[in-house]
Amino acid sequence: MSRFIVRRLVSMLLVLWVVTTLTFALMKAIPGGPFTAEKRLPPEVLVNLEARYRLNDPLWKQYLDYLGNMARFDLGPSFKYEDLTVNDIIREGFPVSAELGVLALLFALAVGVPAGLVSALRQYSTADYISMLWALLGVSIPSFLLATLFIYVFGLRLHVLPAGGWGTPAHVLLPAIALGMYPTGFIARLTRSSMLEVIRQDYVRTARAKGLAEIVVTYRHALKNAIIPVVTYLGPITAAVLTGSFVVERIFAIPGLGRHFVTSIYNRDYTVIMGTTVFYSVFLVGMNLVVDVAYGFLDPRIRFD
Amino acid sequence: MHRFKVVLALAVAMALVPMASAQPQASQVLRWNVATDLETLDPAKSTGIPEATVIYLLYEGLTQRDAKGRLVPGMAERWDISKDGLTWTFYLRQARWSNGQMVTAADFEFAWKRALDPAVASDYAYQLYYLKNGKAYNTGKIKDAGQVGVVAKDARTLVVTLENPTPFFGDLLSFHTLMPVPKAVVTTTPLWAGKAETFVGNGPFVLKEWRRQNRIVVERNPQYWDAQSIKLARIEFSMIEAESTALAQYEAGQLDGSSNVPVADIPRLMKSGDFKAMPYIGTYYYLFNTTRKPLDDARVRRALAFAINRTLITARITRAGEKPAVGFVPSGIVVNGVDFRAAGGALMPVYDPALAKRLLAEAGYPDGKGFPVLTILYNTSQRHKTIAEAIQEMWRQNLGIKVNLTNQEWKVYLQTREEHNFDIARAGWIGDYRDPKTFLDMFITGSSFNEGLWSNNAYDRFVEATTKTADQTARMKAFHEAEKIFIREMPLAPIYFYVNPILFKPYVQGLESDPTGPPLLRSVWIVGS
Repeated sequence: MSRFIVRRLVSMLLVLWVVTTLTFALMKAIPGGPFTAEKRLPPEVLVNLEARYRLNDPLWKQYLDYLGNMARFDLGPSFKYEDLTVNDIIREGFPVSAELGVLALLFALAVGVPAGLVSALRQYSTADYISMLWALLGVSIPSFLLATLFIYVFGLRLHVLPAGGWGTPAHVLLPAIALGMYPTGFIARLTRSSMLEVIRQDYVRTARAKGLAEIVVTYRHALKNAIIPVVTYLGPITAAVLTGSFVVERIFAIPGLGRHFVTSIYNRDYTVIMGTTVFYSVFLVGMNLVVDVAYGFLDPRIRFD
Repeated sequence: MHRFKVVLALAVAMALVPMASAQPQASQVLRWNVATDLETLDPAKSTGIPEATVIYLLYEGLTQRDAKGRLVPGMAERWDISKDGLTWTFYLRQARWSNGQMVTAADFEFAWKRALDPAVASDYAYQLYYLKNGKAYNTGKIKDAGQVGVVAKDARTLVVTLENPTPFFGDLLSFHTLMPVPKAVVTTTPLWAGKAETFVGNGPFVLKEWRRQNRIVVERNPQYWDAQSIKLARIEFSMIEAESTALAQYEAGQLDGSSNVPVADIPRLMKSGDFKAMPYIGTYYYLFNTTRKPLDDARVRRALAFAINRTLITARITRAGEKPAVGFVPSGIVVNGVDFRAAGGALMPVYDPALAKRLLAEAGYPDGKGFPVLTILYNTSQRHKTIAEAIQEMWRQNLGIKVNLTNQEWKVYLQTREEHNFDIARAGWIGDYRDPKTFLDMFITGSSFNEGLWSNNAYDRFVEATTKTADQTARMKAFHEAEKIFIREMPLAPIYFYVNPILFKPYVQGLESDPTGPPLLRSVWIVGS
């Protein structure tokens, strides 16, 4: 087990290096730079700015400096936000996105798994059709539509929740649901299909034949196996949801990290592009490792070697 | 499941509490959306309009603007200008920083030299190039800041020496790059403006809270010299980028005003009286690459310009009260009490398809025959796309020519323009200060803003002449002559003059807007609703 983890950590470093290098190369290849503006700066001022941010160094030196700083967890200063470093931006934005993301995931699990279970156990019943319709809507309605609709209905027409913003528990509810709808639908469908497969297996029939109570068969024997695909899915979706969604954060005016993934590219805010990408990659690779380790606990047949 | 329901119920219950108090109030609190996160509150480094909106509340320069756009004293009680227009002497009033220290001439000297310091790398350093040796110091040609033309003669006398007579220097004095900063604070805490805890300013308001991407709170500064004229106790800024969300909050009573308005809702909001089109000195135009055939022929450029139905564009597409352009310099630039545009009159027809057709035929393309297929470049945006499609159709109908449209992401588009790699490019310009120079200066031969590479000796001479004299009458005359040549040659087709769309409730009184962009919130008050 520990050998497995060490090996995975080494390959994680390799993946991160590849991601960093590719992002760096792509980013420098896009036309325009952080100081490209319609109010064109006089060349003299541009020289000062480039010297300050060391953009006048050769590319290979900028790249090596970046890797060196990254190894020391220093992601550099933002080009756009004068007084902030990328570390500040992540430190301020991530907790907000994570809070929203955790709630969205809890919502997705709390609704998605039971909906999938009910569907599988009562296949072709009305309950099955209703929950699968819900799942279909969840995966197919884009979050911007849902977000806009929520603000209109609950914020503007019914006046029961604030129309966007951040600061009180009331502000979290609508965006968490808007963000959680897609994984809810996905989880419900995964749970259903995987459960349908598992309850037809021999060991489940054996359990029933032994005279175990239906509830024990369902939850202890069948669900434990059926949940594995859901756990696999939870790895990447956790990384994606916790690091913030551009669309949901923008529409609900939430001061999270999600916005920076997109705006940093428009702004050519090089250090923020790199920092957010690296941060997300670490998160994603780390979550995949957690999922792999979790398999071992869920399914004794999976061995780490 | 159960626990979740409890959380849900609690959340709904808690939501109802703040909503109850979110009704319009007569207490002097303004809730305003600046529409995006602020980059900085350091006046030397700030570049944007949202930043300026807040900075104009937190600092005060030597002069200020009153509601009519006239120059009135700020930190300077009065000033003298030498006969040659090169030496300006300012006498400062007794005023304090928000930490209680006196505002001195040394703070101004420090602030200006700081903005010019190449190591500080201020984007707007060029606003101080009018100072003697300002440019030389900023570009590293001289190392000694002592040679820059600003010196604190004593605690309350500031002597400024200029490179050339610059009659609009008085206007620049109220611009944020020229605001003072507290020398004693900045030398020990260089990022003093980044946090409410360390913030020190000299304006009518002080920074109380700054949560990034979320909220800024400013409160009336009791130390401010003219505090009794400030009626608002507090302004709460939010930073909502999505226009539809800002509008929803505004309509739900969570906001009193907003600097962004969804275009689609403007007609409705205009009717209800919530929408106001504030003055804005800006022009939307189509830039011609004059080095490419057939755009090197002024007759072709004029034909294209006159075949655009400007009224249709402002009435049907932009819809916020923009005015069809009849010159390049927009309305709203008032020098010596005279509006430059009004004095210059209409230099071109708003729309003249017959003339356009004739000009194109004279240039050798009767009914568009033999005219090559040109491409209109614009940055990706629904509005620019709609306008480009309309113009494409107008040119097809009126001139019988075909043009293609192409869009590029903002910075890619800017770089394409910079590389002169376009036929016709959509562009816009908002003036930096209230003088025609901020528009006409861009198109002199060799200017980096002259992306269409147009060149005209007579034009250059007229614009150059305006930098040699402090006599405003002579300067304006030269600018009018220059603009006539400009429109005759048509290196770009002016389309409309911008307005600044702002949303605010009828109980928000006394709101003015600086014609260079930022709403001026200092003299606002709230009446009972």
